[in-house]
Amino acid sequence: MIPASFDYLRVDSAEQIISGLAEYGDEAKILAGGMSLIPLMKLRLATPTVLLDAGKISDLAYIKDEGSYIALGALTRHRDLETSTLLSEHCAVLRGVAAEVGDNQVRHRGTIGGSVAHGDPASDLPAVLVALDAAFIVQGPNGTRELPAATFFNGFLETELAADELLTEIRVPKTGSSNWSYQKFNRRAQDWAIVGALAFRAPDSVRVALVNMGSVPIRARGVEQALASGSSFALAAQEAAVGTDAPDDSNASATYREHLARVLVKRALDEALI
Amino acid sequence: MKISISINGQSQQHDVEARTLLVQFLRENANLTGTKVGCDTSSCGACTVLVDGESVKSCTMFAAQADGASVTTIEGLMTDGKFHRVQQAFQDEHGLQCGFCTAGMVMAAVSLLEEIPDPTESDVRFGLEGNLCRCTGYHNIVKAVMTAARTK
Repeated sequence: MIPASFDYLRVDSAEQIISGLAEYGDEAKILAGGMSLIPLMKLRLATPTVLLDAGKISDLAYIKDEGSYIALGALTRHRDLETSTLLSEHCAVLRGVAAEVGDNQVRHRGTIGGSVAHGDPASDLPAVLVALDAAFIVQGPNGTRELPAATFFNGFLETELAADELLTEIRVPKTGSSNWSYQKFNRRAQDWAIVGALAFRAPDSVRVALVNMGSVPIRARGVEQALASGSSFALAAQEAAVGTDAPDDSNASATYREHLARVLVKRALDEALI
Repeated sequence: MKISISINGQSQQHDVEARTLLVQFLRENANLTGTKVGCDTSSCGACTVLVDGESVKSCTMFAAQADGASVTTIEGLMTDGKFHRVQQAFQDEHGLQCGFCTAGMVMAAVSLLEEIPDPTESDVRFGLEGNLCRCTGYHNIVKAVMTAARTK
């Protein structure tokens, strides 16, 4: 399958992307690793007329200790997340979930910024970033703004990013090397999660998040509150599907997904031993 | 657009359309047909090649993105007429049946052994999760990769 024709522009800096977006508007798409965008273009579900290839902007690929948080350049690849000793020490849950994305080949190309900006509720990383209360640094023609992950995702493939803005950095709090568990349920090894459940302990509370249980990645607040008030794992996990809006598709019905959410949250809590 | 790319150690310049996929470019411009197009949707891994030493699915990358990179295909693994240790191990352990997935499997295994030189069987199974064998001949493929790992 061959994508529709487009003009390809190699860009060397965030500033060049911003000016490219200003010039071409929503006809342009930013190409990072391409692991989501290129399949969409091949299926002609996306037909941008201009591609701004950010893949070689090396100063947007980094993992830095900034004291109170870890800063991740938007073009940091999943492979670099899963092999990061800094993340092992300070945010083990993010390192671990990054190792569950796709397969080796996908992790060699795919980037954290691309995954966030794409906004697919079935992706692994957006859910962990929502659960971590991460912050996204976004650059546009009028400067930089910081957006909380909690309100960044608006709907299926829709985010707070404006058409003329670029996600440049992801900031995650230090949650240490503590236990975590990510239960990803799928049919074939490298598939997207039919449902995913994540649990880990942050300094102040237990965090639980769900993948593919609505049009955006979500926190399982009911489970978190039940645990905070002393419920057993089994009872808390019964709250997993409350308030969700699970999709109904060829992989699973919404009812089955709700069942999976309860089962997977229980397994995640048991495995993380939190 | 013009791209400059090293393929199996040889620098080449080509003029390609921007939407040319790397796998198409390798097969149709560089005439290297060892790399296969399987699912064409980045699921099956038959099109796996190395870009700067790391496995990628060449059906999900534009040739333009490989400008300036060094690409290795299955044709580039032999040295002095001798098989690469992974190729040799696939032959010795009967790690193929119909052979369609083999080039991709071998390239994925080469990349995996760079990253994990002494893998467990589980490392190999997870490491090859992006490559499908429709003959379901996984058992001997895993055996071949384990054998290759022991052949230093």
